[in-house]
Formats: sequence, structure tokens, C-alpha cells
Amino acid sequence: MGVLSIFSKEKKEKLDHGLEKTKQSVFSKISKAVVGKSKVDDEVLDNLEEVLVTSDVGVETTLKIIERIEGRVSRDKYLGTSELNQILKEEIANLLQENNALESTGFELPEMDEPYVIMVVGVNGVGKTTTIGKLAYQFKKAGKSVLLGASDTFRAAAVDQLKIWAERARVPFITQGMGADPASVAFDTLKSAISQKVDVVIIDTAGRLHNKVNLMNELGKIKRVMQKVIPDAPHEILLILDASTGQNAIEQAKQFTEVTDVNAIALAKLDGTAKGGVVLGISDQFKIPVKYIGIGEKIEDLQVFNRYEFVDSLFS
Amino acid sequence: MFEGLSEKLERSFAILKGHGHITEINVAETMKEIRRALLDADVSYKIAKQFTDEVKEKALGQNVLTAVSPSQLIVKIVRDSMAELMGSQKEDINLKGKPTIILIAGLQGSGKTTFSAKLASYLKKKGKHPMMVACDIYRPAAIEQLKVLGEQVGVEVYTEEENKEPVRIAKRSVAYAKDKGYDVVIVDIAGRLAIDNEMMNEISAIKETVKPQETLFVVDSMTGQDAVNTAKTFNDRLDYEGVVLTKLDGDTRGGAALTIKAVVNKPIKFVSIGENMDAIDVFHPDRMSDRILGMGDIVSFVEKAQEQFDEKEAQKLQKRIAKNQFDFNDFLKQIKQIKKMGNVKDLAGMIPGMGKALKDTEIDDDAFKSIEAIIHSMTPFERENPDVMNGSRRKRIALGSGTDVPEVNRLIKQFSETSRMMRMMTSGGGRKMLQTMRNMKNMPNRMKH
Ligand SMILES: Nc1nc2c(ncn2[C@@H]2O[C@H](COP(=O)(O)OP(=O)(O)OP(=O)(O)O)[C@@H](O)[C@H]2O)c(=O)[nH]1
Ligand SMILES: Nc1nc2c(ncn2[C@@H]2O[C@H](COP(=O)(O)OP(=O)(O)OP(=O)(O)O)[C@@H](O)[C@H]2O)c(=O)[nH]1
Ligand SMILES: [Mg+2]
Ligand SMILES: [Mg+2]
Repeated sequence: MGVLSIFSKEKKEKLDHGLEKTKQSVFSKISKAVVGKSKVDDEVLDNLEEVLVTSDVGVETTLKIIERIEGRVSRDKYLGTSELNQILKEEIANLLQENNALESTGFELPEMDEPYVIMVVGVNGVGKTTTIGKLAYQFKKAGKSVLLGASDTFRAAAVDQLKIWAERARVPFITQGMGADPASVAFDTLKSAISQKVDVVIIDTAGRLHNKVNLMNELGKIKRVMQKVIPDAPHEILLILDASTGQNAIEQAKQFTEVTDVNAIALAKLDGTAKGGVVLGISDQFKIPVKYIGIGEKIEDLQVFNRYEFVDSLFS
Repeated sequence: MFEGLSEKLERSFAILKGHGHITEINVAETMKEIRRALLDADVSYKIAKQFTDEVKEKALGQNVLTAVSPSQLIVKIVRDSMAELMGSQKEDINLKGKPTIILIAGLQGSGKTTFSAKLASYLKKKGKHPMMVACDIYRPAAIEQLKVLGEQVGVEVYTEEENKEPVRIAKRSVAYAKDKGYDVVIVDIAGRLAIDNEMMNEISAIKETVKPQETLFVVDSMTGQDAVNTAKTFNDRLDYEGVVLTKLDGDTRGGAALTIKAVVNKPIKFVSIGENMDAIDVFHPDRMSDRILGMGDIVSFVEKAQEQFDEKEAQKLQKRIAKNQFDFNDFLKQIKQIKKMGNVKDLAGMIPGMGKALKDTEIDDDAFKSIEAIIHSMTPFERENPDVMNGSRRKRIALGSGTDVPEVNRLIKQFSETSRMMRMMTSGGGRKMLQTMRNMKNMPNRMKH
């Protein structure tokens, strides 16, 4: 019986029944245990728990997923094996917010009369600047004109770093140097974006931990100043999460959303062994779609997020 | 989500009540809560299970009718077991090399470069003569970043801008350091994934070439379940001497610390607690245990406050209080002290229970503005003689400070409460003073209501 036996409602007397390591995939196990039954085997649920929790899905969301599956199974008693795999994936994928347009069309952005402004936020070191370089490259490739704004004026060599990415993506960028007021840099960037009729603006911001009130308020200020130039800006506030981050990502999403109305997530560093499962709960709870995934340090290592592939990856 | 274990246990202990002994059945619910708290804190799934199994083992059969309540007993077992796992003594870094070479390894963005500079600064303050080496040839502007930080802390950074071979840069840097008489060489390398064979081979090669006394594995305290894989793979390849836990100034519970300790059994030697160059500390296992369990980090709070607190000033103040001479000038000085300690909310958040209470109230350094304005609007005579504050003086002060009379009244009341309390503390240095400072910290909050 697994650690999260809180999930199975039955009281168990025996506690230290170890977790059997299984070579079978969770999908096939699940199928075996539920086909023709009206209740999922506890052992299977324990297995599912292990997979989900070790993917950083978190206890609460794991509980939710298991309840959903139990519900489905007790309703549709005679499910076939193949259907079941599908159901499991669906139930999990359903937690992730729809991102239809993007799933099919790649790195495209809405047609607009004004520059489409993306403000990139997140805690320290998650991959903001790198993601900006990769996005600039993709938009440029898709035929858009791109302008970057170096509003991280704090972290050592942050401007130099963005400059190199701008050069790699062959796009211009606006800077006022280190130590400048980040809001003023953003203002400048939007001004020149308008005069140069640029399609996409991406603003880099300094990494900040979400529990630092002053730094978080600074983000609000950057946003407000941008609205003086383009009232609807920023059209996209992209929160970067690091795939290796655990449950703290929920708090990150919460705090950044409170200050800046985050409306898209990019999950960076998915090329490692971390699964990034915490986004399931985040996307569900805050109704924010995951748009992109980072899968390496090279400029082309960015992909549009695909829900089903992501769910598959949790079980591989 | 971030409810502490102690709160969770409260609930599950209801079940234990009325039972004379802890048995498998009545402890089950409690163990589940502990497991869940550990998982919420990002402790690895397997370690969390092992841990609760152990706790259960120790708890079973204990007679709970004696001295302590079952909840106290289990909390004690949990804390003791965790302390045992975390290790009890501090482990210093080995600085016996000539020069001592320290290699800094870890995943991308974990905080290696920042830590390298902090460590250099820390060792410099301890009388060492450190040098840093820029071996990250991959990340854009990585060399520049280390150079900027090196300048900030006044430590030389060895670079070979055109050289694309980190192993050779590292090797030559050591010769350079010897030549220049540096006694510590800190080697900053690129972040890498544990599964990136090519990069892991590179790091092994660097290690073999420069033979560091200390290889430190730098890990982000927000890391989730992957901590197991990463810590283990890096350890298999490098057999590192110690671990550095970064970004602990955030609000993560930091269960990765427990995981890593359990999996590789290497000491956590330092923690990194901010972006500034002085935000480095040695590791305190007991505080980390409490943090993972959600019991607040009060000790850290006290020590951080103490560190920033000027001992001499405190003693002067002590004397003035004893002589009943505490006045508004002292009050102002205390506010400055508090502000020096950094973001008030961050600090206050370290006190158990406070974090939640403060969540919705906006207090930052500005919160002291009106207090300062009021005191600044007093005449020097008034500041030195708090007793003379009559109605017309109060009115004038309110006008001058852009506040109103009720606000001035509140401040004066706060002041007299504070000075009375201070008089009550007969002796003691900075530590006692903290009490008062903590009270003052609540002031801006109260003044709003
Ligand atoms: N493996 C991998 N590494 C990545 C990915 N994205 C970013 N990185 C690396 O992560 C590190 C930090 O990336 P940055 O882009 O500087 O992160 P940031 O969020 O801008 O950092 P700050 O501005 O300091 O807060 C760098 O070494 C990047 O190369 C990714 O998708 N995969
Ligand atoms: N809040 C906080 N930020 C930190 C801490 N340590 C490092 N950082 C920040 O985290 C980000 C990444 O730090 P770096 O030192 O560049 O990390 P790194 O491991 O050298 O990154 P790569 O070389 O790209 O792998 C920067 O924004 C740092 O300022 C810390 O203890 N607290
Ligand atoms: Mg950045
Ligand atoms: Mg670095």
C-alpha cells in the first residue's frame, strides 16, 4: 500500500506493505485491474499515486485525478482495456487548460494593429532570458518583426546575456544599461516598437522570488507604465516555471498571477529527468494554459506545448 | 497547501486521544498526515515513506498516558528522526590545500555563479586570499557575470575569453593562482543536466585535472522529486564533499534537503539566502527540519536580526533605558535598525504564525514612513522629552508630518508602551532588545487599523 493511502477511503490495518516495483506500465496495470470491475484495485491506485507524485503532480492533484478515475470506472462498468488507457490520459489531460489554437498552429500570434507585447516573469534562474531568445528566434522565423526589452537591469550581466540572445536570434533590443529603471526600459521599448511598427515585443524582467513584496510590486509598476504606451499591453504575461521545481511552483503561480495576471506558462528545462507534473494542478487551479516547453539550451530548443504528449511523458 | 505539519497533526491527533497506547491502527491516520506533509514539502516519495515507517516503528507501543500527550510524543519522534537524518554537527569546508581548490557543480540556474562569488567574499572576510575561475564557456555572458560579481566582492576572476576548453582553463588557473599566491581557487563551471553525458564527462575531467579539496553540489531549494535523481547522479560521478542549498529566502519548505541527505548522505555545508553577496550562511540542520515540517524559522529570524543589530548601539540604549532616558531619538534609531534588517515582511514571515497573518497586509519599508515623518516633525526638545507632548504640540506635529492627530496620538501611545516595556527588561544585550524590535515591527500594521 502506497504512501498516499489517504486516497483509498477504506481503512487499512496493515501498513508496511512495501511498494512493489513493477515493470508493467501503469496503463496496462490500470487496465488489468479495472476491466469488468466497478472498482479500481488499491494496489493499482497506489501505483498511479507513485507515478504522479514522483512526477511532482502533488498530493492534492493526484487525489483529484484518482477520484476522477474511480468515478469513471464506477459509472462505466464494462470498459475495455484500450478505452481505459484513453480515459486515464484524458482525465489527466483535462486538467490542463485548452490551448487549441497553439497546439495546431505553432508559433503564431494574433493579428493585431499594435505590437503584441509579451512580458516574461518568474523566479530566479528558471530560464526567462533563454526562453526569450528562443521565442524571438521562432517569431522571427515565422516572419514577424521582433523587439526585445532589457528590463532586467539588476542581475549581474543580465543585459549582456540578453544582448547575445538578441544577436543569435537576429533581432534588435532596447537597453538603458545596468541599474536603469526597469519600467522606463519597458516604456522605451514599447515606444520604439510603435514607431518601428514592430509585430512582437518581449520584455525580460529580473528573476524575483514571489514572497518579496517590493520586487513583486515592481512588476506591477512595469506593467502599468507599459499601458501608458499601449493600453492593452502586455497582451501576454508569460510565467516561466522550471520543470525541476516542486510544489513551490504553485505558490509562484499564485503570487505572480496576483500581481500581474499571468495568462500563459512556459515550462523550461523539460529535457532533464524532472517531469514538471506540478503544472497539472497549476493550470487547473488558475486556469492558465501552458504554452511552451523548453527542452534544451540551444536557440531551437523550444516547443509548443502539447497536452497529450505531456501526459504521456509522465508515464514514460 | 502550505499548512504546516503541526496544524495537520493537531487534526489527526484527535484519533489518538483516549487511547492508552500508540497502536498500528490509531497511529495510521497520523502517519498519513506526516507523509503528506513531507510530500507537500517535496521530500522524495520513497524517502517520505521510509521516514514515516521509521517514525511509526519508534512510536508503536509507546505508552502515551505517561508524561506527554500522544501528539507531543509523535512530534518529538518526528523531530528527532529528522534531526538524526539531517545530521547534527556543522561541517566546515576543508581549506587545507595549497591552494585549496573548490569546484562548484550543479544544474542550470541553481545559483552556482552567485554562490561562487559569495563564497569568495565569505572566505575573504575570514582572512583568505581567494581567486575565482570562469570555466563556463557555454552560457551567454557567464564569464561577464562572474567578472561583475568578482568586482563587487573585490576578488580576482581568472578568465581566458578565447579558450573553449574548460579543462585547460581550470588547469592553467591553478598554476596562475600558485604564482600569484592565492590560497583558494573557486572554479565556476556551466550548469548541466545529470543525464548529459558529454557535460558530465567534462566535469569529471575538470575534477581529475585540478583535484579539488572540495567539490560542492549546488541545488535549488525549490527542487521537487527530481532531487533524488540529480543528487545521486552527480554524486556517482563526482563523489562531492558537500551540498549547497540555494534560494532559501523563498517560501519553499525545502524537502529536497532531506531527500539529498538521505540519498547521498553528504553534509549540507552552506545555504544561500538571497541575491546579495552577503546572503550566505552555514547550514543549520535543526532549522531546516523545522522548516520542512512547517514549524517556522524563528531561530533564523532571531539570528538574522541579531547579526544586523549593532551591539554597541544596543548597549548604549540599554543604559539609557535603565536610566529612564529612552526618547524619540532612540525610537528613530531603532526604526533605522529594523529597516537595515531588510524587507520587514520577509523577516516577520519567519516567525511562526506571522507569515500567514501578514499575507494580506502590505507592509514594506515604506510602512515606517509616517512614523518617521511624525518624529521628524518634533522639535529636538520634544524628541528628548517625550513627556511634554500636549494637545497643541500634537496638532502642530500632525500638521508638519502630513498625518493627523489620532495618528500622532497612536504613535505616542506606542512609544510609551515600548519604553515601559523596555524598562521592564532589567538586563541583557541585543537579544532582549529584539523583543522590543519585534513589537515595533508590528507597529505600522497596527497603526493602519
Ligand atoms: N537544460 C536546459 N537548460 C535551460 C533551459 N532553459 C534555460 N536553461 C538554462 O538555465 C540557466 C538559467 O537560464 P536563464 O535564461 O538565465 O534564466 P533566467 O530565468 O533568465 O534567470 P535570472 O534572470 O537570473 O532570474 C541557463 O544556464 C540556461 O542555459 C532548458 O529548457 N533546458
Ligand atoms: N533569491 C535568490 N536568488 C538567488 C540565490 N542564489 C542565486 N540566485 C539567483 O538565481 C539566478 C541564477 O543564479 P546563477 O548564479 O546565475 O546560477 P547558475 O547556477 O550559475 O546558473 P547557470 O550558470 O546558468 O547554470 C540569478 O538570478 C541569481 O541572482 C539565492 O540564494 N536567493
Ligand atoms: Mg534572466
Ligand atoms: Mg553560472
